[in-house]
Amino acid sequence: MAVFNLTINNTDYKVDVDPQMPLLWVIRDFAGLTGTKFGCGIAQCGACTVHLNGDAVRSCSVPVSSIGQQKIVTIEGLSEKGDHPLQKAWEEVDVPQCGYCQAGQIMSAAAFLKDKPHPTDQEIDNLMSGNICRCGTYNRIKKAIHLAAQGGKS
Amino acid sequence: MSTSTINRRHFLKIGITAGGGLILGMEYLASCSPSGSNAPAAMQTLNAFIKIGTDGLVTIMAPNPEIGQGVKTSLPMIVAEELDVDWKNVIIEQAALDTDKYTRQVAGGSGSVRSSWDPFRQAGATGRQMLVNAAADKWKVDPNTCTTEAGMVHHKDSGKKISYGDLVEKAATMPVPKDVKLKDPKSFKIIGTRIGNYDTKAIITGKQKYGIDTKREGMLYATIIRPPAFGQTLESFNQDAARKYQGIKDVVSFDNKIAVLGRSTWEVMQAARSIKPVWKDDGTLESTADYKANFNKTLEQLPKESKRKDGNIKKGLAAGTKTFEATFECPFIPHNPMEPMNFFADVKADSVELYGPIQLPDKARNTIAEKFKIPKEKIKVGMTRMGGGFGRRLMTDFVEEAVAVSQLAKAPVNVIWKREDDMGGGFYRPMALYKYKAATDSNGKLIAWHHHSVGVTGNTAREDNFPAGAVPNLQVDTHEYKSPVTTGPWRAPIHNYIAFAEESFLDEIAHGVGKDPVAFRLELLEQAKAQPVGKMDYDPDRYAGVIKKVAQMANWGQPKPGVFQGISAHFSFQTYVAQVAEVSNVNGQWKINKIYCAVDCGTIINRSGAENQVEGAMIDGLGHAMFGELTLTKGKPDQTNYDRYRLIRMREAPPVEIAFIENNEKPTGLGEPALPPVAAAIGNAIFAATGHRLRSQPFMNSEAVFSVQKQQSEV
Repeated sequence: MAVFNLTINNTDYKVDVDPQMPLLWVIRDFAGLTGTKFGCGIAQCGACTVHLNGDAVRSCSVPVSSIGQQKIVTIEGLSEKGDHPLQKAWEEVDVPQCGYCQAGQIMSAAAFLKDKPHPTDQEIDNLMSGNICRCGTYNRIKKAIHLAAQGGKS
Repeated sequence: MSTSTINRRHFLKIGITAGGGLILGMEYLASCSPSGSNAPAAMQTLNAFIKIGTDGLVTIMAPNPEIGQGVKTSLPMIVAEELDVDWKNVIIEQAALDTDKYTRQVAGGSGSVRSSWDPFRQAGATGRQMLVNAAADKWKVDPNTCTTEAGMVHHKDSGKKISYGDLVEKAATMPVPKDVKLKDPKSFKIIGTRIGNYDTKAIITGKQKYGIDTKREGMLYATIIRPPAFGQTLESFNQDAARKYQGIKDVVSFDNKIAVLGRSTWEVMQAARSIKPVWKDDGTLESTADYKANFNKTLEQLPKESKRKDGNIKKGLAAGTKTFEATFECPFIPHNPMEPMNFFADVKADSVELYGPIQLPDKARNTIAEKFKIPKEKIKVGMTRMGGGFGRRLMTDFVEEAVAVSQLAKAPVNVIWKREDDMGGGFYRPMALYKYKAATDSNGKLIAWHHHSVGVTGNTAREDNFPAGAVPNLQVDTHEYKSPVTTGPWRAPIHNYIAFAEESFLDEIAHGVGKDPVAFRLELLEQAKAQPVGKMDYDPDRYAGVIKKVAQMANWGQPKPGVFQGISAHFSFQTYVAQVAEVSNVNGQWKINKIYCAVDCGTIINRSGAENQVEGAMIDGLGHAMFGELTLTKGKPDQTNYDRYRLIRMREAPPVEIAFIENNEKPTGLGEPALPPVAAAIGNAIFAATGHRLRSQPFMNSEAVFSVQKQQSEV
């Protein structure tokens, strides 16, 4: 057990846990932020994607001891009013079916759009293929990413 | 369709809510109910529930579990349409299990919209009529001279208007109308439009709660160690190390399983790893190769009784100028919903609370009542939004476990499955083997069709499926193979595989007699219409309708150079679906360029949701046909996570084009029917391109055809 001070969505949290505990479970069970989802535990499905200093990481495979001072942002902190261009586009395109993977999808897309504001279909395919959607909403996700990249105009 | 008057079999319960406003519930007498009196106590079932506030906000209960099929949005749309309210003033609430109020709180069989269409329309229309009557009474005018629009009652002659919110208190005192008029579909303003999933905002901001997110005061998280192989039992285990692990509160054992309980999910999972149970078995555990060998052996003989017999199969096959034979292998596949199995249970001395993702809440309650000897009325069941299910959550094993753990540990618990537990935990789509024989006459007409199959399930056939009805000599024979591997319904059960076998085999016959595969199917449907043989549960015209439509969409028979097409059609859950897949060779690899899909599901409720279901089912069907296979080594699943079990990813999902046949028929199922045809559409396109028949899934094993990577090395 060890004490860690974390900054999640600009709020400070103090947890006393095993240094090996993956960030996912600190976020979910100790910070109580359940928008970040558990899917596989081995960084294969992307449901647990969060931002560490702005980069997308699979939080199920990042031990809490490796976080240090890095700023953590989860789906709850992506935007203040749920109005990030991707969130607006997701609503416009009506992407979700079950919805379970969608927070991870949005967090993955939000991170790469910063570097690639106008991605091609193929770039979206490559950058988003780490996130599984079991309901098969891939084409709508792609459409929503394009929509957000175009400033919300379809 | 003209405006119809419904002879009501239901009546209304009215009351004023604490905060003012009308509660309008519609009770619906089952037609077989012997207690056809008007006494409320005699009414057993309630199909809808409307609350209208004095502020004009309308709350509509969503009784059915939401699993991603969109019923939390689409069912209330039906009520709102007939009630004639503005959708932006509608609030939807998920109902808990309540068999006194609601019928069929089920997510399965693509049945929610089908079974709710009439009663939900009536509920909305009755509510509307009560509000109209209240306004007419207030204005001293004939109710028939009043109209409604977007939550307002209007009186044209006097120019008067009043909002539902201002009428509800009076409406609640009005007699309940006996007969109500339903809207003419031409005047629908909500049904048939595109309305966003009601929970989207919550989903995309991380606020939506799923079962796995359930946390209560004093609740413990639990993980369960189950036998790693089907057919094994628990001999012994040592829990000392686990108990010393941080955050661990308890270790309990039941039913050949061990549960570890504690303050956090990861801690219980870590502690469980320190337990090294000793498992035992009787030495008869089977591997995938054993199933294959035993299936083949089983099919050497016919069963004693056939599922279906038309004409004389022996004579039919013997009379053929051409005969055909093909074998199709169907692997076990797990459901793999993104949200792993989980359930909350709080077993107290005098009550039980169950809460979580469940497709059959009533079955869960009945099972718990029986197994744990708890009176049904003491068990409360709440349903959370589900992170998928695909049939897995029709089971109740995960609920039974949660109850057992809560009872033993004397604490509220949320039992959470690791992905490995979920994928290795059974209730798979059954492994099966299908052998088909067919014969055609000198005109290339199909005169005999024999289906012979075996699988780890009760019935591997859908014996009244097309081409049954169109073939004079047809026989369906199935065998059940007993296995300790648990199987269960998987999205479009049996249909999901049989459509591949049948539509591939039909294609093979069409090519074999030199007929165009679209024309060959249409000929058979003509035959079924003109001279139907035996029981037929499909309408040949509507079946042909989707085939013609998709052929037109895809410009069938005239693809672009280098593009090859395959057709497939299937009828399931009362819905007709036809698809054309197009493949082309890109750098030596066969690539699926696009899939066209025509659907006849009657009236569309939510166009956005309907397209999403169809597209998702197609991608789902494609992904599992390409990659889905769970193998066993001595009863133990070889794939238990996404590193070894491949699910379709974005880069493998082709564009799709969907068209609905526009009609005013009653709505039919849509969560499943677009899945079954897709595999054969692809297989048939691959045949058109290469001359190679795909007869086994997953297609990725057919390396000659798809040089896809065996393993993904993603991220």
